[in-house]
Amino acid sequence: MAMDESVRKAMLGAVPSLRAFAISLCGNVDRADDLVQETLLRAIANINSFQPGTNMSAWLFTILRNHFRSEYRKRRREVEDADGHYAESLKSHPDQLGQVEFREFREALAQLPPDQREALVLVGASGFSYEEAANICGCAVGTIKSRVNRARTRLAELMDIDNVEDFGPDQQTQAVLAGGK
Amino acid sequence: MNERKPVGLKPMESAHANRGSKADGRPKLSRDVQARLGQQLRAMYDGVVSQGVPDRFAELIDRINSGNGHKDER
Repeated sequence: MAMDESVRKAMLGAVPSLRAFAISLCGNVDRADDLVQETLLRAIANINSFQPGTNMSAWLFTILRNHFRSEYRKRRREVEDADGHYAESLKSHPDQLGQVEFREFREALAQLPPDQREALVLVGASGFSYEEAANICGCAVGTIKSRVNRARTRLAELMDIDNVEDFGPDQQTQAVLAGGK
Repeated sequence: MNERKPVGLKPMESAHANRGSKADGRPKLSRDVQARLGQQLRAMYDGVVSQGVPDRFAELIDRINSGNGHKDER
């Protein structure tokens, strides 16, 4: 069962972004880590179906995404848990963006339909091409493009942004965000 | 950057009240807004990535590699 050292390295190397993807899918750090662990176990059990020379990261993302679809999505995403727990897990946040704006962004992201959220994260943060994202999600490239566009538009709507000066909510909005749901 | 909206509507309400033309899903976002959203998204994502590989995952793989632990491992 011992695996090739290069395979082991590639798997471990993919873990940080697998976790980030998993958290964006299920909104809960502990559950995301379980999801990553189950993904690694499945990958190792099926390592023979991995084609050497192809993108290990994309392969693992596909496994994780499919596993999430079949198991985790039956349960509702726990948005209320997402922010507190997730924020805690971040050692530092980017000061230049502002705490409130960053929080508002995460809240809005959590409200996106799952299809749009995963497309946006794969293309906008994980660094996959539209083609790779389409492979991971098992859909057409055009579908990914349209989901990403709708995700961006929806985020801007949820954050009430018309132009870049709109970033940074006022006190009342903060109160709504803090107490809302 | 510091300009604030005068009224704090809930995001959903304000979106519907002010953005009828956008609610049909036609993206009309400026490049600035798209860039800013992208910046937020990557900041969130990279915040997790920068945490590196938690020990449990390296241990898991090594345990399987050494022949202990198997599929039932949680």
